[in-house]
Amino acid sequence: MSATTRHTMFVLRGNPVTAIAAAGVTLIILAALLAPWLAPFDPIASDVSHALLPPNAEHWAGTDQLGRDILSRILIAARLDLSIAVSAVGLSFIVGAVVGGFCGYRGGRLDRWVGRVVDVLMAFPLFVLAMALVAALGNRVENIVIATAIINLPFYTRFARAEVNVRRNSGWVEAARACGEGHLTVVLRFLLPNILPAMAVQISLNLGWAILNAAGLSFIGLGVTAPTPEWGIMVAEGARFITTGKWWLVGFPGLALMLTVLFFNLLGDGLRDILDPRMRT
Amino acid sequence: MTVLLGIARRVGERLLSSIPALLGVVIITFVLMRVMPGDPAVFFASGPSAGKAEIEELRHKMGLDQPVPVQLIRYLGDVATGNLGRSLTTGQPVAADIRQRLPASLELTFTALFIALLLSVPLGVTAALRPGSLIDHAVRMLCTLGVCVPTFVSGLLLIYVFYYLLGWAPDPTARIDIFASSPPEITGFYLVDFALTGDWDGWWAALSQLLLPAVTMALFVLAPLARMTRASMLAVLGSDFIRTANAMGLNRLRIVVAYALRNALLPVLTITGIVFSTMLGANVLVEKVFSWPGVASYALDALLAADYAPVQAFVLLMATIFVCVNVLIDILYGIADPRVSVE
Repeated sequence: MSATTRHTMFVLRGNPVTAIAAAGVTLIILAALLAPWLAPFDPIASDVSHALLPPNAEHWAGTDQLGRDILSRILIAARLDLSIAVSAVGLSFIVGAVVGGFCGYRGGRLDRWVGRVVDVLMAFPLFVLAMALVAALGNRVENIVIATAIINLPFYTRFARAEVNVRRNSGWVEAARACGEGHLTVVLRFLLPNILPAMAVQISLNLGWAILNAAGLSFIGLGVTAPTPEWGIMVAEGARFITTGKWWLVGFPGLALMLTVLFFNLLGDGLRDILDPRMRT
Repeated sequence: MTVLLGIARRVGERLLSSIPALLGVVIITFVLMRVMPGDPAVFFASGPSAGKAEIEELRHKMGLDQPVPVQLIRYLGDVATGNLGRSLTTGQPVAADIRQRLPASLELTFTALFIALLLSVPLGVTAALRPGSLIDHAVRMLCTLGVCVPTFVSGLLLIYVFYYLLGWAPDPTARIDIFASSPPEITGFYLVDFALTGDWDGWWAALSQLLLPAVTMALFVLAPLARMTRASMLAVLGSDFIRTANAMGLNRLRIVVAYALRNALLPVLTITGIVFSTMLGANVLVEKVFSWPGVASYALDALLAADYAPVQAFVLLMATIFVCVNVLIDILYGIADPRVSVE
């Protein structure tokens, strides 16, 4: 058994929460993938005679104001919510790692200018910036992805820059240079793979935040439009009925959001413990 | 005196160094709003049958027929002179609209920050005093859950419990009950205005209206504050001077509050700045959930109506407030730890 596996087993045994979180994340991803087969009803078909039913044996999570089955809508929505978050985080990870990597490796003017742009981005309250971006780029789902990616970008750029910066003078980088590798190869083939484990933790911790941001944007009416099932918009539609006690319209999509974010965050914490025992809090 | 001078110099430096960032903010906001789809001149023309001449006249009136760099320079000049344009939906100058609505947002945000600090610092300290105990785990669980529940969900669930089930909270739709009269306009902060006029029934009504949205926002930022307090308290409590103080038999409360907490507060202050930025963003969601008549809901309405000026002003305002809060935190830093200003 390798040292890493042993360490992983040790951490998992001492911290069953991480194992539960990993199982939870797997379950949510499976549910999203299999949603069309799992969903008991058509998520879009309305049936006004069954509107606003509380949870019962037929509709486990009740029905909404148009009589649509909430459980089916939540399951189908998981696909959209997860793909928005994953593509946004993926996009900012790739761009951030490459840009930050080169800044940390080369330093100089490029580094200063990128640093300045990142500072300006960080001077905005990020959710407000995302809001303005979606409005400016157009009210579409792709733009929610782009906006979420842009507000995530500063973290990845800074992180990659710092991680590359501490490694750029290490022996193996010098060795690669001495063997005649170009700067491009050194950064892309040697430095970036080297910081990948640390970045993976960042990704997992970030996914939850990206999901919350995307759902928040659609809650205020940006991005996803009405009949499409999405957790944020489901909560927004259910909000009208909360003062008359119809809690399930908000409660179940809210629970789905909460559990997803919770599992991703716990998994991120666990991954950090496995990869970097010094960072444990 | 030297301490005060040091603080003043730091504030000056911080303000100067934040100018490029603010300029960048203005330019980004301007560009964002200009590339926005939809022609506002068409949108605000009298109707779908509006003639070409009318639209052209509107475009000219709004400066939309100028090249973009010219528009940008005009915009920079306007911002410098405090002219933020006119909202096309309310027909008022944006600056006036914002001045009228800003107190509502600030009252909500500061109350929320106050509640969050009031809860998180004692929680973090208690957890740090007994690491690994039941209370430590309880605090950790509360923090983990707190960041996972989106503000718009927790706000709605609080409304369900405290308005619908228990009936303790008033109708969650405004700053004050529609049948009650609002206080005379002094500062715009209802709690302050009611207190100044001595109207305690009104003060209570305003507070009960404010409490739910403020708690909603506080819950979301509880976690980073409590976590940071716990971590930095743990570090300080393990240091030599605390051991010495304990060994000399000083009063336990005094050690914890006067020696440990004061030293542990610096990282908490730093994180408060970051938390404040999160809260300015969360404002948008909370104001929408509680129909709070603040600047965020104003900007959101304008945004959905493709009305440039209020959104630009809002984003600029939020960034400016954020920069100012960071300067304020710098000052507090100097007071909490005089060594910082000396360096």
